[in-house]
Amino acid sequence: MTRRLARFPFPFRADTYRYSTNVEPARVPVETEAGSWGTGILDVDDEYGPELAERAAVLDRDPARLQVLSHMRPACWDALHTVLGELAAQHPDRMSLERTGPDLVWRNALLGIEQRFTDGDDASLPGGPLGFLGSQVQDDIVLLDQREGSLWADAGIVTFAADWSMRFDVGMRFLEVHGPVPRVHEEGIISRAERFLMRLQPGQEYRRTNWTMSVDRRLDQSTEIYPEWGPDRRAIADADGDELARRLHLRVEVQHLVRLGHSGAVMFLIRTYLASLAELATVPAWRERFGRVLAELPEDMADYKGLDRFRGAAARWLLAN
Amino acid sequence: MTLDLVVGKTEEIAPGIRELTLVRPDGRLPPYPAGAHVVVECGHGRRNAYSLTGCGVEPDAYRIAVLHIPDGDGGSAYVHGLRVGDRVRVSRPRSAFPPVATARRHLLVAGGIGITPMLAHVRAALRWDRPVELLYVHRPGVAPYAEELAGLLGDRLVESTDPDEFGRLLQAALREQPIGTHLYVCGPGPLMDRVLTDAAAAGWPPERLHLERFVPAALDPGREFVARLARSDRDVHVPSGTSLLDALHAAGVAVPSMCRQGVCGECRVPVLAGRPLHRDEFLAADERSDAVMCCVSRSETDALEIDL
Repeated sequence: MTRRLARFPFPFRADTYRYSTNVEPARVPVETEAGSWGTGILDVDDEYGPELAERAAVLDRDPARLQVLSHMRPACWDALHTVLGELAAQHPDRMSLERTGPDLVWRNALLGIEQRFTDGDDASLPGGPLGFLGSQVQDDIVLLDQREGSLWADAGIVTFAADWSMRFDVGMRFLEVHGPVPRVHEEGIISRAERFLMRLQPGQEYRRTNWTMSVDRRLDQSTEIYPEWGPDRRAIADADGDELARRLHLRVEVQHLVRLGHSGAVMFLIRTYLASLAELATVPAWRERFGRVLAELPEDMADYKGLDRFRGAAARWLLAN
Repeated sequence: MTLDLVVGKTEEIAPGIRELTLVRPDGRLPPYPAGAHVVVECGHGRRNAYSLTGCGVEPDAYRIAVLHIPDGDGGSAYVHGLRVGDRVRVSRPRSAFPPVATARRHLLVAGGIGITPMLAHVRAALRWDRPVELLYVHRPGVAPYAEELAGLLGDRLVESTDPDEFGRLLQAALREQPIGTHLYVCGPGPLMDRVLTDAAAAGWPPERLHLERFVPAALDPGREFVARLARSDRDVHVPSGTSLLDALHAAGVAVPSMCRQGVCGECRVPVLAGRPLHRDEFLAADERSDAVMCCVSRSETDALEIDL
């Protein structure tokens, strides 16, 4: 069993999958057939260095992956304090956040950095508070403002999107962001989720999982660069079994939903995990369950997730033994 | 969801008004947005909501200010009787009156002890350079935090002790604001009604008006009805003047509750049949056919069938 699989948040609890308002309290460990996950809000793992380097490279090519509407400054600072504080609490031997009046020092031995900054002064941090935070955690971050009876996606740093775009979504209502998802509106799932989020009280933390599939270990599947990754989804359908199993990945997002204390914003932390079919198949229960989920998945859901061309082949491979 | 705090300081800051500084000896206090409150356990099952007056960023203490209400239910007297070192159990902060981040300007209107959430709003506005002004009406000689606010706001604070003068100042303030200003009001019921009425007359859209009722609106006793408990196949009689929540508790039916003011959402109960008489501020319009907040709401129909 690889370390990666031991911490993999395998998302399926049954042989069929449908959308639901699947939120549960955060920080509760989940036992899986291969290990466990979910003890903390943040998961610093073996991919920490490489994934942060990849985020930096994506931002370098396309700085618009970081979006902050001006009224979200307090929320960005709130997110920074909350998440750096959480990192330091989880890894006291390697990270610390010290405050002397308005002056702060962030030390992160994993990255070998010591960053001094002034509370509330955007210019004192490279990338500003949200940009800097994105250089310290593997999660994508979206901050939602609450007003006029709605949530608004008004800030975010998103480099590992699964076919969506922060630049396109910034300033939209929560309901608008989820406009294209089939079924969920008729079933009231998104408005229920929004109401749930709007009622989160300061400091409350929940989580949910979401999933799709991707070709190769490619985290950045933003809509902006569709031409770079889209064609692979067509080509993989013709691959032989070995290549299919090696290149096709189950892509799972663990999303933490946190009501920030001071700003009142809702923080989405979106952490993406990838495991190839070949890796998954080393856990027999996962191989069988994922195979059945894929085989049964209704056409419109498979189509929306972009799985329509290869999910049949993937299901057949998984269920072959 | 509760915090065990200790009284670090207690001080009479105006006649009949006591400020309590609550600290947490064993850990940090959760941050909170401006306008948030805590529910304080005031002995004998009483729970009162009090606004937090600090800015809410990394708080070293929670500060509340409590007006002694001699003919109240004893909650304020209990708080006034607390001494340094006494233990107090409070809820985690709850946010129901936050500043709107996109507002061009923040017009705060406070009456008397309704100043407490505004103090937090002022601190947050100054911290983030938000344009703010405060209109503060109070009785002569009973002006909690007036000095501190004058120091924070300078000429952006306008005080009045005369109702007629306040009326003129309010009219002027309502008509001078740039488009995009949000108004926040907290104070006695008649004051809030007046502010809302005048604002509406001056053309303010309801989405830009925010109110915090620090004293729950006095609810009429309502007429009697029967709560039909579908799951346990029982009828519970709810007399006039008794809340559905109290009637259920008296019948031995456990329903979680918190604010008892129709705000927090804890005591929500699914409705299966009958038409609820909603008096809460929690449920959304599309939830009102199949749920009821049993602490304040009653029934329009003679019987209300609920999923208990």
